[in-house]
Amino acid sequence: MSLKQNLHNLKEKYKGTKMAPAFNAIHTFLYLPNEVTHGGTHIKAADDLKRTMNIVIMALIPCLLFGMFNAGYQHYAAIDGSLRDNVLANFFTWDNLWIGIIKVLPLVIVSYGVGLIVEFIFAVIKGHEVEEGYLVTGMLVPLIVPVDTPLWMLAVAVVFGVVIGKEVFGGTGMNILNPALTIRAFLFFAYPTWMSGDKVWVYDAVERTGTADAISGETILGSYAQNQEVIYSNWDKFMGFIPGSVGETSTFLILLGAAFLIFTKIGSWRIIVSTFVGAAVMGLIFNGIVNADIITDSSKFYGLMSTAWWEHLMIGGLAFGAVYMATDPVTGSQTNKGKWIYGFLIGFISIMIRVFNPAYPEGVFLAILLMNVFAPTIDHYVVQGNVKKRLKRAKVKTA
Amino acid sequence: MSKDIRIKKGLDIKLVGAAEKNTTNSSLSSVYAIKPEDFHGITPKLVAKEGSEVKAGDTLFYSKSDERILFPSPVSGKVTEVVRGARRRVLAVKIAADATQVHTDFGKKDAAKMSAEEVKNHLFTSGCWPFIKQRPYDVVANPNQAPKAIFISAYASAPLAADLEYTLDGKETELQTAITAIAKLTEGKVHVSVGANSMFSNLSGVEIHKVSGPHPSGNVGTQIAMIDPINKGEVVWVVTPQDLVVIGELLLTGKLNLERTVALTGSQFEKPQYVKAIAGATISDVTASNLNNDNTRIISGNVLSGKQVEVDGFLGYYDNQVTAIPEGDDYEFFGWNKPVFDKISASRALTFSWLSPNKKYDLDTNTNGEHRAFVVTGAYENVFPLDIYPMQLLKAFMYKDLDEMEALGGYEVAPEDFALTEFICVSKQPHQKIIREGLDLMRQELG
Repeated sequence: MSLKQNLHNLKEKYKGTKMAPAFNAIHTFLYLPNEVTHGGTHIKAADDLKRTMNIVIMALIPCLLFGMFNAGYQHYAAIDGSLRDNVLANFFTWDNLWIGIIKVLPLVIVSYGVGLIVEFIFAVIKGHEVEEGYLVTGMLVPLIVPVDTPLWMLAVAVVFGVVIGKEVFGGTGMNILNPALTIRAFLFFAYPTWMSGDKVWVYDAVERTGTADAISGETILGSYAQNQEVIYSNWDKFMGFIPGSVGETSTFLILLGAAFLIFTKIGSWRIIVSTFVGAAVMGLIFNGIVNADIITDSSKFYGLMSTAWWEHLMIGGLAFGAVYMATDPVTGSQTNKGKWIYGFLIGFISIMIRVFNPAYPEGVFLAILLMNVFAPTIDHYVVQGNVKKRLKRAKVKTA
Repeated sequence: MSKDIRIKKGLDIKLVGAAEKNTTNSSLSSVYAIKPEDFHGITPKLVAKEGSEVKAGDTLFYSKSDERILFPSPVSGKVTEVVRGARRRVLAVKIAADATQVHTDFGKKDAAKMSAEEVKNHLFTSGCWPFIKQRPYDVVANPNQAPKAIFISAYASAPLAADLEYTLDGKETELQTAITAIAKLTEGKVHVSVGANSMFSNLSGVEIHKVSGPHPSGNVGTQIAMIDPINKGEVVWVVTPQDLVVIGELLLTGKLNLERTVALTGSQFEKPQYVKAIAGATISDVTASNLNNDNTRIISGNVLSGKQVEVDGFLGYYDNQVTAIPEGDDYEFFGWNKPVFDKISASRALTFSWLSPNKKYDLDTNTNGEHRAFVVTGAYENVFPLDIYPMQLLKAFMYKDLDEMEALGGYEVAPEDFALTEFICVSKQPHQKIIREGLDLMRQELG
């Protein structure tokens, strides 16, 4: 008997039992189910949620691969600064990839392993199918944490994020906050000294602190926040040869991913574009304040305020957040008009937090979480516009 | 003033098996059946008893809520069986047809000289009232509520739909007669929506609207929304051109003739073509030897909102199309992530139907995925031309908040308006069912 037939028989055998959702999750991973339509439309389009999620994962793969090389590159470049003189020759090396394999892959494995175990447990307890939401979350999480995040911290955060961020609301499609950002926020607030330091961004920088081999792990935002010069060129910033969370550094690859998501009609171009616009506007306002000499270079905000608006778009997690996090359809605004407002405010608030938050010069994840909370409110007013139009139409008619 | 309707949002689902313009006569079936479920919301009170003889046009049952609304037998013969389901609900009334058909004579009428009341009563007694449906709620019209307008869609945009220009060719007199009569039932206008260069453009006493654009441009719901949307408290009536022809023939000849030209469509027909058949005919007689019935889904109606039937089932009362497509009850290895070339998709998620917009597809009934909560946003809006937020309305219908259902546009929609959103739904939600159940609730609670 073929594998297909064997699996079909197993599915029939365990139908209705507690473990059926767990089995079905694996079965449907291998085979598109044999379900046919009942009532309603007799035919259905080719897309399902798995395919949709898979497209997002594909859009993330370049960032992951780049992040693996970058983990090694930043480590070696911090030890020997001369490596930065010829980036291209020293970036795609086996040594760099090896660091990626021992540091980044475990993050991916822990994120998926722990997250999916939680998902399976909830599916079995609640008797619903295992939903695909975590396929994307599980890939996002390792890309938005610093490379030196301890695995146990990540595991605790994933459990928290999946349970409190998603399952308590009823699972995929029901959550209010983006689960991946909930996990990120948990790490940040639960282990602040570790997560917001200037060491955690480069492999081994923490270990070597205080020794003769000490290296710096400072990010660009960290340097700017302390009004220091940065050593990276704009080319480095755009291409991503800079320290930062694993997958967020390469604006170039993120934009490629954005193009792919928009072309496949999976990601909302409205949110992506408006987020960048919102960030640019806030950046311009700060640049204007600096140009008008309202603050001087003695101000502690000077470094980030004077950063050119277009540079803000390339550094930190803004691009990654705009393309992969803000576009989450469940937690984002759901109306097309609302998406413009939602995205704009995310960009706007991101840069504001980035400049004014003294403890941690990155605001993207906080801005998105904040707007996640406000997205239903935005939608409410957009939909009310439609409702009012309808009422008005009825009134004109009767008058 | 006529208003042209140009739709941009929508999706033409191009399938193989369009009917060739060639009509054959199907033989008279031995058994016909009228199913109360074809008349949504009607509770039947039986008149015909098992064993009684009926003529074509004689009443089989009437509506419990309004005794004037009669449902006629499509043929003359003997009532052989009243099929009942749970709680003795009537599922079907079966009639064994006589070899020679006898029609009840309702008398010839001059439509131009009839008063509104006379038209109404004539439609009641002849059993033609059920042809008039109403929005809101998409049910047989309530005769006590005057409509603000009557809408007729003479343009079919549904997948593989019967070409009305072909099936109603030569019926212009009947059509015009019926419209003359029906127009008296409203103080408002009679709107007829037509395709380009349509023979229906010559009808008089109506307002003609030219329709263009992808499906659902032919849905009468879309046309109502574009021409004169329904507000709270208003009612519009809807009649199909095919049913108008029956009414016209009734007025001209005095006979109720439920014969129509039916399109046999879909890839499971060896020769997709047109066939003449009477409402309620046995499917196997309509399809004759044309059908490849090996693991086939037979649908009375179109693939989006038709009803599944078996070969020994019956042609729906309003349907002018039978579709047969392959069942999709098989697994597909890695079907969720491999590139797809042979299915239609509204996205480009490794689905390539966007590369060849004119290709015709042989789709099966596989759901292409499992039922999930709503996740993706912004997709429905691309195929939904009404000024309504489709997902928000669906959700309101699901959690049954009557205020919201009303405010978001519940009066303006019918299940078929949500057929395309259901087709493209990534979460495989049953949109039409949600809308149907919600409308029933609104009708019950809000009247």
